[in-house]
Amino acid sequence: MGVLQYVAKRVGLYLAVLFIGLTITFLLPRIMPTNPIDGYIGQIQARASGALTAEAIAQLRANLEELYGLRGDLFSQYVGFLQRVIFHFDFGPSFAFYPQSVSQIIFTALPWTLGLLLVSTVIAWLLGNLVGLVAGYFHTKRAGSVIEIVGILLYPIPYYILALTVILLLSYVIPLFPLSPSFPAGQMTLTKFGMVIFNSLLPALTLILAGFGWNILSMKALAVATTEEPYVIYSRLKGTSNWTRMMSYVFRNAMLPQVTALALSLGTIFNGALLTEMLFSYPGVGLIMRTAASAGDYNVLYGAITISIIAVATAGLVIDLIYPLLDPRIRHK
Amino acid sequence: MSTPAITEVVEPVPPTRQRGEGLLWLLNGRLALGLTLIAILGVGSFVLPIFCPVDPSVQATYLKNMPISGAHWLGTNALGQDILWFLVFAIRNSLMLGVLVGVCVTVISTIVGLSAGYIGGNFERAVMLIVDSFITIPLLPILIILGAVIRGNSSFLTVGFIIVVFGWAWGARTIRSMALTLREREFINMARFSGANTFDILLREIFPYVTAYMLVGFINTVLFAINTEATLAVIGLSKVEVPTLGSIIFWALNYNALFTGNYVWLVAPIIATVLLFLGLFLSSTGFNAAFASKRGVL
Repeated sequence: MGVLQYVAKRVGLYLAVLFIGLTITFLLPRIMPTNPIDGYIGQIQARASGALTAEAIAQLRANLEELYGLRGDLFSQYVGFLQRVIFHFDFGPSFAFYPQSVSQIIFTALPWTLGLLLVSTVIAWLLGNLVGLVAGYFHTKRAGSVIEIVGILLYPIPYYILALTVILLLSYVIPLFPLSPSFPAGQMTLTKFGMVIFNSLLPALTLILAGFGWNILSMKALAVATTEEPYVIYSRLKGTSNWTRMMSYVFRNAMLPQVTALALSLGTIFNGALLTEMLFSYPGVGLIMRTAASAGDYNVLYGAITISIIAVATAGLVIDLIYPLLDPRIRHK
Repeated sequence: MSTPAITEVVEPVPPTRQRGEGLLWLLNGRLALGLTLIAILGVGSFVLPIFCPVDPSVQATYLKNMPISGAHWLGTNALGQDILWFLVFAIRNSLMLGVLVGVCVTVISTIVGLSAGYIGGNFERAVMLIVDSFITIPLLPILIILGAVIRGNSSFLTVGFIIVVFGWAWGARTIRSMALTLREREFINMARFSGANTFDILLREIFPYVTAYMLVGFINTVLFAINTEATLAVIGLSKVEVPTLGSIIFWALNYNALFTGNYVWLVAPIIATVLLFLGLFLSSTGFNAAFASKRGVL
C-alpha cells in the first residue's frame, strides 16, 4: 500500500512538473513586451533596404505566424502547442538549418549531453558522498576538517568560474588540453573515440568539481548526525569494525536524504551541464541552445527546452522510483 | 545555482548542545571571515565609484591593452576601458541586483511558505506541487529563451524580475517545513484558543521564529541572483553593456583575452567572484550554524 501511494504521488508530481514547465515555456515569451516576428521582419526589411511593400510584409507576417504557431488567440495557440509537443513531438523545422527538423537536430545532440551528464553526475555523487562520509565519520580528526574546508571552498564557486579556472590552469598555464577542443563528427573510429574521450575530460572534470563540494558538505553534516545515533553506538559496543559501521550503518542511512537531494537538484546539475557545453564547445544540447539563441532560431530553442524539461523530470522520476528499493521503510509501511 | 539547496539539508540537523559549543569558535570565525569579505567588497564597490574619473562602461577611454601601471592598477582591456574601475562597478551592480532580488524573493517565499505550512490541507498540497515543480524545472533553458526573445530590449531590472519569478521556490519550501513543525507547538494552540485569527498567529507567533532563517535565505538568494545574472551575461544573454561580474567575463572571452595575453582581464573578475561568493556563503552558513547552536543552547 505504501509503495503504491508513493508511486502515485510521485507520478502526479511528474505530470505537474511537465505541465507547469510546458506552460511556462509557452507563456513567458508571449507575455514579454517584444515580438520576435517584428524583429525578424525588421531584419528582412533592413536587408531589402526598405523595399518591401505593405502587402508583402502582411504576407510575410502571416507565414511566420503560421510557422511559429502564433496564429489565433492565446488559448488555441496553447492547445495547438501542447498537441504538437505531446502527441507528435513536432517542433517544426529549424530556421537556421532550414530543411532539417528540430527533433532531428536535438536527437543528434542529446546522447552527447546525456553521456557527459550521466558519467560526471555518478562520479561526483559517489566520490563526494564517500569523501563526505569519511570526513563526517572521523569528524573529530583534523583530516575531517580539512576535507570540509575543501568542500566550503568548492561549493559556492559558480560553474562558469570553475570552467574558466579549469581552462586557465589545464590548457593555458599547463597546456595539457587544447584551448578550443574539437569533436569529430561522422562515423566513429577508435582514434576518433579516443579523441572524444580526451576532449570530454575537461568538461567532465568541471562538472565533477561542481557537484563534489555540495555532496561533501551535506554528506558530512548527515554523517556526523548519524554517527551519534544509538544504533551506531550499539554496533560499536558489539565490536563491529570501523569499515562495517561506516558503510552499512552510517552510509546506508545517511545516503537516503542524499538520493532525494540528487533528484531535486537534477535541474541545477542540468543547468551546469548546458553552461559547461557552451563554454567548452561540447556538441550537446547546450551548444545547440546557444547557437539557436544567437541566430534567433526559436523553434530549435523551444524544442531543446521542452526536451530538457522532459529529460530532467523523467530522470527525477526514475531516481524517486528507485528510492523504495533503497529505503525499506516505504516498502513495509 | 544550487545555492539554496544547502540549507535544505543542513538546516534540519542542528548540532547538539555539546558539539555546538565545541564548534562555536570555528562557526563564529566562519561568520566573521564571511562578513569581512562582504564588507570589504561591498563598502569598496559603493564608496570607490565616487572617485571614479569617467564612466567605466564607455569604450575607448584609454589606450587598449595597457599593462599594469600606476595610472591603471589592473591595466586596460581591449575595449580601452580601465579594468579596475570596470570591476568595481561590476561588483556594485551585481551586489545591488542581488540585494534587490533577495528582498523580493524573501518576502514572496516567506508569505507562500508560512501560509502553506500553517493553513495546510488542499491549499498546502496545491502550493507544494507548484513549489516542487519550480524547483525541478531546469532554469537555464527558460532563461535562455527569454534572453533570446527580449535581448536588446531588456533592462537590467527585467533580468532581476525574471530571477525573482524563478527564485522563490527553495525558500518557500524551507519556510513551509519550519511552519509545519511550529504549527504543532503548544503556544500556537494557546493563541488560537485565546481567539487570535490565522493572520495574527502567522504574524505574531510564527513569524518571529522564521526571521532567523529569513536572513540565511536572503543571503543565499543574493548568491543565487548574482550567479544567475552572471551566468546569463557570460553567454551574452543579459544586458552585457552594464558592468556586472558576468559581463566582464563575457567581454574578456569575446575579445580572446587569453590569446592576446591580457590575462588580468579574465583572472581579476574570477578572483573577485570567488571572494564575493565565498564571503556570502561563509556568512550564510555561519549565521545558520550560529542560530542553530543558539536554539540548541536555549
